[in-house]
Amino acid sequence: MTAGHGARRPRASGRPPWALVPPAALTLGFLVLPFVALLQRAPWSSLRELLSAPLVTEALRLSLVSALAATGLSLVGGVPLAWMLARTDFPGRSLVRGLVLLPMVLPPVVGGAALLFAFGRRGLVGGPVYDGTGFLLPFSLWGVIAANTFVALPFLVVTVEAGLRSADRRYEDAAATLGAGRWMIFRQVTLPMVLPSIVAGAVLCWARALGEFGATVTFAGNLQGRTQTMPLAVFLALESDRGAAIALSLVLVAVSLAVLVPLRDRWLAA
Amino acid sequence: MLRADITLRLGDLDLDAAVEVADGEVVALLGPNGAGKTTVLRCIAGLQAVDAGRIEIDGRVLDDPAAGTFVPTAERPIGVVFQDHLLFPRLTALDNVAFGLRARGVPKAQARADAAGWLARVGLAEVAGAKPRALSGGQSQRVALTRALATEPRVLLLDEPLAALDARSRVHVRAELRRHLATFAGARLLVTHDPVDALVLADRLVVIETGRVTQRGTTAEVARRPRSRYVAELVGLNLLHGTAAGEHTVRLASGAELTVADPLPGHEVAVAVRPQAVTLHRRPPEGSARNAWPAVVVDLEADHDRVRVQLTERAQGGTDGASLSAIVAEVTPASVAELGLAPGTEVWATVKAVDLAVYER
Amino acid sequence: MTSHSHTLPALGLCLALGLGTACGDDTADETATAETAIDETTADSGLDGTITVFAAASLTDAFTEAADAFSEENPGVTVELNVGASTALREQILAGAPADVFASANPSNMDQVIEAGEVEGEPELFAHNSLEIAVPAGNPADVEGLADFADDRLLIGLCAADVPCGEYGRQALDQAGVTPAQDTDEPDVRSLLTKIEAGELDAGIVYRTDVASTDGVDGIEIAEEDNVVADYPIAVLANAGEPDIAAAFVEFALSDDGQAILESHGFDPA
Repeated sequence: MTAGHGARRPRASGRPPWALVPPAALTLGFLVLPFVALLQRAPWSSLRELLSAPLVTEALRLSLVSALAATGLSLVGGVPLAWMLARTDFPGRSLVRGLVLLPMVLPPVVGGAALLFAFGRRGLVGGPVYDGTGFLLPFSLWGVIAANTFVALPFLVVTVEAGLRSADRRYEDAAATLGAGRWMIFRQVTLPMVLPSIVAGAVLCWARALGEFGATVTFAGNLQGRTQTMPLAVFLALESDRGAAIALSLVLVAVSLAVLVPLRDRWLAA
Repeated sequence: MLRADITLRLGDLDLDAAVEVADGEVVALLGPNGAGKTTVLRCIAGLQAVDAGRIEIDGRVLDDPAAGTFVPTAERPIGVVFQDHLLFPRLTALDNVAFGLRARGVPKAQARADAAGWLARVGLAEVAGAKPRALSGGQSQRVALTRALATEPRVLLLDEPLAALDARSRVHVRAELRRHLATFAGARLLVTHDPVDALVLADRLVVIETGRVTQRGTTAEVARRPRSRYVAELVGLNLLHGTAAGEHTVRLASGAELTVADPLPGHEVAVAVRPQAVTLHRRPPEGSARNAWPAVVVDLEADHDRVRVQLTERAQGGTDGASLSAIVAEVTPASVAELGLAPGTEVWATVKAVDLAVYER
Repeated sequence: MTSHSHTLPALGLCLALGLGTACGDDTADETATAETAIDETTADSGLDGTITVFAAASLTDAFTEAADAFSEENPGVTVELNVGASTALREQILAGAPADVFASANPSNMDQVIEAGEVEGEPELFAHNSLEIAVPAGNPADVEGLADFADDRLLIGLCAADVPCGEYGRQALDQAGVTPAQDTDEPDVRSLLTKIEAGELDAGIVYRTDVASTDGVDGIEIAEEDNVVADYPIAVLANAGEPDIAAAFVEFALSDDGQAILESHGFDPA
C-alpha cells in the first residue's frame, strides 16, 4: 500500500491495462448516446407545460406507487422464498428455482397472458373469486401491482438467495450455541448479514417494476389515471404526441437516476 | 461432567474417539490439523451429529443415534468460544454478551445489566460500547469467552482460542485465559494444536491423530512418555520403536540393538532419547558407549549456537527399511565441521544407556 | 423499430391465449411478417422481387390472403406484410423504415405521410370499414348497444384514443351521446378483440371486419346514424425499393379480385 505523503500516487494495480479502455469507452458511449439523443430532442420550451399535464402526473404517480408496492410485496414474499431455496433441501428444489426464475426469461406479454389465465375474470382462481366476491385484479391498480410483482420478484429472489448462500454460517452456529432459536437467529444474525443483498435485490426489483410494460398492458389494461403507468404512456404517446413522449421519458430517467445514484457502490455490491 | 463417545465418518475423516471431562477439569484435545479435534467439539456442541456413540452432559443424553435422541444445539447446556471469536459484528461488546441471555428470554434491560456486570468482572467495562472491529485480539477473545460464560453453561468448549492472535499477544492472553478459565466451575474442553497452550491451560491431555486417540494423561505424563511421533516431536524428544530382545536389550527396526538401564516393560517398546544426548561418529565407536546404531544424515539446521542434525537409521542387511526411525541429534557447529557432516553422510549415533527412557508402546 | 414491437402485445396475447381464429389464419400467426414463398415456376408477369407492405392491423387477414393471391399471379414476387396500428406504421415510415406500400385505416395517418413527402403520386381509397360492438360469444353480459358503454358495472374496452379504431369509436359514442366508462384503452384493436373473446371484457368497439374474423365474438350492430365509416387509403411510398411491383400491388387491391377478397373479409368495397 502506498502511504499518502501529500500527493496520491496511483496504485500499480489500480489502473486498467490500456487494452480495456477502448471497449469500455465504446460501451459507455453506446449506453449514453440514446440519453443524449433524448435530451437533444426534448421540447425544452414546452417542457414545464407538458410535465404538469395530467397525462404525465398521473402516469408518474401510478408508476411510483405500483413499483413501490411491488417491491414491498416482493420483499415480504421473496425473502422467505429465497431462504427456502438457499437453506432447505426439498425434493424438486431445482425445478422450483427454475419456476421462480421463469418470469425473468419469459416475454413479459406471455407473463401477462398467464396472469390472465390465473387471475382474470375467467381465470383459474380469478374466476371463482369474481363470481363469489366481485373482486377483480385486471383493469385495476392492484392488477398493475400484480403484474409488476410477477416480473420483478425473481430479481429479488435471485439476489437474496445468492447472498444467503455466501453468508458465513458460522455466526449462525455461534448464535445457536448461545441458545438462540431459529427465528431469533434469522432476525438477529442472518438478516443483518444479508442486508446488502436484500437492498440490492430490492433496488433491482424496483427498477424492473418501474420499467414494466408488456405484462402490465396485457393483464391490467391501459387507462389513464387508473392503470396507465409511465411505460404505457410513453408507448402510446410516441405515436401521437412526440413531445409528451419525450417529456415522460425524461421524467422516468430522472426518477431512476435519483434513486440509483445515491445508492452508490456500497449497496449495489451484494 | 461431559462424556462423549463419537464414531463418525465425515469426508476423509474417520473418527472414533472418546473424551471425558469432569467438572472442574480442563482437558486439552491436542492433535495435528485434520486429526478430528474440531469435529469432536462440533459434535459435542450439536453442530454435527454422530453416526454412532453417545454424548451426555451430567447424565443427560444429547446425542444417541441408537436411541434416536438428538438435542439441538440451542438446547444444550454448553458455551463455545470459537477460533475467530465470531462476535456479531453489528452488535456492541455489551450486546454480544447479552445475546445469550436475550435468547433465554431475559428482558433487554436486565440482560444488558447482567452483561455489563460480566464485562466489568473481566476488566472490559470500558469497551462495553465498542463494536467488535474496534477491539484488540485479546479483548475480542475475552468478550467471546464472557459471552459464552454469561449463559452459565455446564460445559465450556474452546476451539483454538489463541489461534487468531499474533505471537506477541498470545503469551499474555494465554496467561489471562488461564486465570479466566479458572473462574468457571464446570467442565472445560479445549481444542488446540499448540502444545504450549495445552501445557499452560490444561490439567489433562487427550492426544488425537487421524481420528483416533493415541494417548491420554496429564501433560507431564504425556511429555515424559510420548507414544507417537507427533507427540514426541511436540515435546522435542526422539522416539525409537523396537522390540524386547533380552532383559535390558531392545532391537531396533534397523537391526541394531540398544542396551537400556531400565527393565523392559513389555515386548513392544518405545525408546525416548533427548537430541542433546545423541553423539555422532564417522566410524563405529569403541569404548563404553555400548549403544551405537548406524544412521545417515538427512538435513542440518542451525538453531542458535547449536546445530540440529536430522538423521534416519540405516538399514543393515536384510531388514525392512520401512520402519526406520528418524532421529534428531543436537551438536556443536565445531562437531559438524570436524565430522564433515552433510546430507547423505553416513554416521554412527551413540547414546548412553542411562539417557534412554523405555516404556511400553 | 421492427414491426414486432407494435403488434407484439396483441399477437403475444393471441398466441398465449391460443386464439388462432382471432389472430388470423395459420399463415399469418407466428410472426408479424408473413412471407409468401416464391413460386418454383418461372415468372411470366415479368415482375421479380420483394415488396414490403405496411398495413393497418384490421387488414391482417384480408391482406394476407391478398398477398398470397398476388404472389400466385406473380410468381417472381415475395410480399412481406408488416401489420400494426396505423399510427405506429406511420411513425415507422417517417423514421425511414424501408416500405413499398402503405395501407392505413384512416386518411389522417396517410395525410401525415404525404405531408412528409413520403408518398409517390396520389393515395387511393380501396376499402371502407365500419364499427361494430363486439361481445364475448353468447353475450354473457346482455349488452344491447352503445348506451351500455356508459355502464360502470360492465367491463368495457376501447382502443386508445390516438389509434384509428379508438378515434372512430369515440366519434361513434359521441354521435350517440354516450360518455363511455371504459376500463381500458387497448394499444391496438387486435388486443382489444382478444380480451373480448377471452371473456375478460364484456364489450368493446372494433371494426366489423374484426367481428367477422372470428367465431369467438358476437357482433351487435351500431345504428347507422351513430356509426362511423372508416376510409382506408393505400399508396406507393416515395422510397419504395420496387416501385413497379408496389404499384402493381396497389392495382391488385383495387382490382375485382382484390376487392372480392376484401369484401369476403367484411370490408365495404371502394
